[in-house]
Amino acid sequence: MAEPSYLELLSYGGPNGWGDDLLWGAWKTVQVAASAYTVGIVLGLIGAGAKLTGRRAAFVVSDVYTTVVRSVPPLLLIVYIFYRAPAGLQALARAFGSDSNIDLDPFFAAVVALGFVEGAYTTEVFRGAILAVPLGQIDAAKAIGMSWSLRTRRILLPQMLRYAIPGLGNIWLFTTKDVSLVSVVSLSELMNAGKQAAGWTKDYFFFYCIVALCYLVITIASMVGIARLERWADRGVRRA
Amino acid sequence: MLQAIADLYQQFLSGLPEPAATLIDFVVNLFPSLLEGAYVSVQLLLLSGVVGNLLALPVALARVSRNPLLRVPSYLFILLMRGTPLLVQIYILYYGVGHILGQVPLVRSSLLWRHLDAFWYAAVAFAINTAGYSGEILRGAILAVPQGEIDAARAFGMSKGLILRRVILPQAIRISLPTFSGETIALLKSTAIASTITVYELLRVTNEAYAASYRFDECYISAAIVYVALSYVLTRAFYFAERQINKDRLPVKALKLNWARP
Repeated sequence: MAEPSYLELLSYGGPNGWGDDLLWGAWKTVQVAASAYTVGIVLGLIGAGAKLTGRRAAFVVSDVYTTVVRSVPPLLLIVYIFYRAPAGLQALARAFGSDSNIDLDPFFAAVVALGFVEGAYTTEVFRGAILAVPLGQIDAAKAIGMSWSLRTRRILLPQMLRYAIPGLGNIWLFTTKDVSLVSVVSLSELMNAGKQAAGWTKDYFFFYCIVALCYLVITIASMVGIARLERWADRGVRRA
Repeated sequence: MLQAIADLYQQFLSGLPEPAATLIDFVVNLFPSLLEGAYVSVQLLLLSGVVGNLLALPVALARVSRNPLLRVPSYLFILLMRGTPLLVQIYILYYGVGHILGQVPLVRSSLLWRHLDAFWYAAVAFAINTAGYSGEILRGAILAVPQGEIDAARAFGMSKGLILRRVILPQAIRISLPTFSGETIALLKSTAIASTITVYELLRVTNEAYAASYRFDECYISAAIVYVALSYVLTRAFYFAERQINKDRLPVKALKLNWARP
C-alpha cells in the first residue's frame, strides 16, 4: 500500500483520516478550557475577596493558596488534583452526611484540577483590579447608605472588571495552553488526539505541527476576541 | 558523627507513634533523590534561562527594527512561541525533529548523537521558548526608554551600537527586571514538562518514587515543597538584584513601598 498523503491523513473520517479526531480534540480542549476558566473566575473572586476583607484567617488561607499554586508547576498540581479530586469530593460528601458513591468523570476531574490552578492567578488579577478602584468611591457609596451588596454590584464590580480584563485575557490564553498538560492524565483532548495520530502513523513531526497550528488558531481567535472586549470595556473612558 | 546523628534519628522515630514514624522515615529517605531531581531541574533552568535570554536580545532588536525583513519574522517567532503550548513545542522537537534526525545516517553515526539525550532536547526547547517570551518583554522595555535620551545620544554623535550599549540596554534591563523575575519562576515551573520526555528532573523522580511506593500524598507534596523552596530562593535573588541595580535611584525604604503597591 502506498503511503497516504498528508492531505489524506487530515481527512475527516476514513481509515487514514485523523482530521475528525483532531477536530474533536480541539473542541474538547476549548470545552475544558472554558469550564476550568469559569471555575478559576469563581475561585478568583472568592480568593480576592478573602485577601481584602481584612480578616486575618481569610487572608492567610488565600495567600497560602496563591503562593503555593503559583510556585508549583501546573503539571504537578494537575496530576495531584486529578487523582485526588474523586477522593476529596467523596470525603466532602461524607462530611455533609451523604454516603453515595461519587464517580467523578475524568472531564470534571480535569476541569477541577485546571480550575484550581488558574484560580490562583485569577485571584491576583482580581485583587489588583479591586485595589485599582478609588477607595473614595466606596466610601461615598457607604456615605449615601448603599448596602454591601448594592455597592459591590453597582460601584465595585463594573469598575474593577475594566481593570481586570487585560489580566483575565492573559489567563484565558494560558488556560487554553495549559489544557495540553491534561493530556498526561489521558483525557482525549487536542494534544492526546495528536499523540495518537503521531504514534499510529509515525509522522511525529507532521502531527505535532498540526496540533501546534490548531493551538495557534485558538490563540489568535482569542486574541482578537480579547482586543474587542478591551475596546468594549474602555468605551466612554478618555484615552491618555 | 554521622552514626551519632543516625542513632539520634532512630531514637526520635521510636519515640513517635507508628504511622507518624513510618511517614517521617519515608519522607526523609525520599528527599535525597528529590534533591537529585531538583539539581537536574535547576541545571535545565540555568542553561535555558541564560541561553534563552541571550537569544532574546536579537529577537527583541529585530522586533523593534524598522526593516520589515527583520521585524516580521521576529513577530511570527514570538507569536509561535507564545501562541502554542510548551508541551507541544517540546514534542515537536523531541519526537518530531528527533525522529527525522534519527533517519539521517550521517547524524546517527556521529559522536553527537550518542550524547543527544532528552535533556538536551528539553534544554533547547526551553531556551527557544524563553527567547520568544523574553524577547517580547525586552521589546516592551526598549520601547519604554524615553525617546529624548536616544535623540540626545545621537546628538552627541554616538554610534548606533554605542547608543544601544550605553543608553538603551542598561535602562531596558532595569525596566524589565521585575518581569524577568516572574518569567524565571515560570521557566522553573516549565522544567517539569521535561518529565514527559523522560528527563530525570524533579517531577520525573517524584513519579517514579510514587510508582515504587504507592504513597501518593507523601511523594507529590514533598516535591511541591521543594518547588516552593526553589521559587522562594529565586524570588529573593531577583529582589536582591533589583535593589542592587536600582541602588543609585531610590532609598531602599521608598523602593520597598513601591513594590508593595499592586
